[in-house]
Amino acid sequence: MAAVTLLSTSGLSRQFGGLKAVDQVDFSIREGEIRALIGPNGAGKTTFVSLLSGRIVPSAGRISFAGEDITAMPAHGRVRKGIAYTFQITSIYPTMTAFDNVALPVQTALKKAKAAGPAGGAAVIAQRSLAALERVGLADRAGVKAGTMSYGHQRLLEVAMGLALEPRLLILDEPTQGLSDGEIDNFCALVKDISRTATVLLIEHNMPVVMRLADRITVLDRGQILADGTPAEIRANPAVQAAYLGTG
Amino acid sequence: MIQSRQSAVIILHIAAILLLFVLQFVLPDYHQLAMTRVMVLAIFAMGYNMLFGYTGLLSLGHAMFFAAGLYGAGLTAYYFGWSVPVAFVAGIGSGFVLSLVIGLVSLRTSGVAFMIVTMMFAQVAYLTTTYFTDYTRGEEGLVLPQAARSFDLLGVHFDLTSAVLRYNLSLVLLAATVAITLLIVRGPLGRALVAIRENEPRTVMLGYDTFRLKLMAVTLSGTISAMAGATYALLFAYIGAGFATIQYSIEALLFTLLGGAGTVLGPLVGTAAMFYLIDIASSYTVAYMLAVGIALVLLVLFFPKGILGTIRERWLPWLP
Repeated sequence: MAAVTLLSTSGLSRQFGGLKAVDQVDFSIREGEIRALIGPNGAGKTTFVSLLSGRIVPSAGRISFAGEDITAMPAHGRVRKGIAYTFQITSIYPTMTAFDNVALPVQTALKKAKAAGPAGGAAVIAQRSLAALERVGLADRAGVKAGTMSYGHQRLLEVAMGLALEPRLLILDEPTQGLSDGEIDNFCALVKDISRTATVLLIEHNMPVVMRLADRITVLDRGQILADGTPAEIRANPAVQAAYLGTG
Repeated sequence: MIQSRQSAVIILHIAAILLLFVLQFVLPDYHQLAMTRVMVLAIFAMGYNMLFGYTGLLSLGHAMFFAAGLYGAGLTAYYFGWSVPVAFVAGIGSGFVLSLVIGLVSLRTSGVAFMIVTMMFAQVAYLTTTYFTDYTRGEEGLVLPQAARSFDLLGVHFDLTSAVLRYNLSLVLLAATVAITLLIVRGPLGRALVAIRENEPRTVMLGYDTFRLKLMAVTLSGTISAMAGATYALLFAYIGAGFATIQYSIEALLFTLLGGAGTVLGPLVGTAAMFYLIDIASSYTVAYMLAVGIALVLLVLFFPKGILGTIRERWLPWLP
């Protein structure tokens, strides 16, 4: 695999009052990899990916994506460039149908494609939305109000919404939180499948899931990168063990 | 399944328009005039509903857009002697420009602040109409000259003193508004507007420029409201500052709430219901606002989603 850098940050920082939530982070992710971002609670993981997705403005530093400086780009612009973010807390539209939930990101993806060729109307939106639901196994739930679906299905719907954006980088913020073991197995298979077409940045607390999926792991502690390496390297790193995995 | 719902939606709305068309042959003169007013005010409420019902932005200043249409059409007809169709377009244009500018400024706020800012702008608009009393005659208003009571279009002569013509013109404009609303709310744009109403931060993260979309909604809503105002001025040949008062802003909100916010026909049902409630109550007592108040309390208690909103929730989930 060619080592093409998809996204990188330099000196990226964000302060909340006196608290340095993210402090001088130099980070980069290669095209096509599955990268896990781990760290103890309050390490700044969610703040960090919020900076990447544009939900939060950095105090200092730069972000570049696919060779372009996106530090000043608004969040919706970054989504159109190909950075999709799925929320830590399930954030679907509960009063809308599962179909409408995925149709929204499909419309964005079609708008993006419009520059290249003619985008279709309602029929194309319908076809692509159903395909996105199919990919996570929710095709039979298209007409169901999203808020009435089970929690596991809502999480899958959230992922389908991310996928429907046809992202180059998909940021998953604690996707397995609250899922049963069986659901987690399905989910891991899904992430493997997604990584064939997109780069995945995964924030995850569930270590077995991280070890199973990640090509590389970045450990964040107190807003700074503590370590960066393959799962085996991270497991063997004494600083990481002290800070996070426990020295037990 | 989806196909059959689609045709049910279309049939329902065509039936509603047909019903209004047939009604004119049954209604006595008084009610024909009343329904003409109801239809024009329903267009206003439908414009309001586009912003409030679908996009979730509560404005308390829509009287200014109605008044922009009213004065844009009325003053040009009165002072420049513009023909009815041209004055009508001038009214719509005034509303378009005003709502675009007001949207650009007021959308910097949201929630309660948006409500207050729109109300303040509407208050400024009202005071402007009275400040230029020399031209507008303020509350007393202007009656449009005889020249503005008829027009020729495509070789056909239209006489606006005819009650039948007024009824059918407002019906045509109402039908057009219903069609436009249906097209928008059932399409990609409507889906995005509803998404903003339900969860704006999430919608940003799906790649939508929500400021731009909200600006479109304000402009669309304001322009439809202005069309109602222009129609009112030209059909009834009267323009007055009373139409710019906050009462009209609140009425648009009440009509929409009563009929069902976020339903296409809700504002029409709400306008008709409220109009006739006031009409009937005021024939019994001067304290007719009491009946309106009681009706609103009952509405909030038992039908918080309005008449059509409740029907949609309980029986017809496909109702747009």
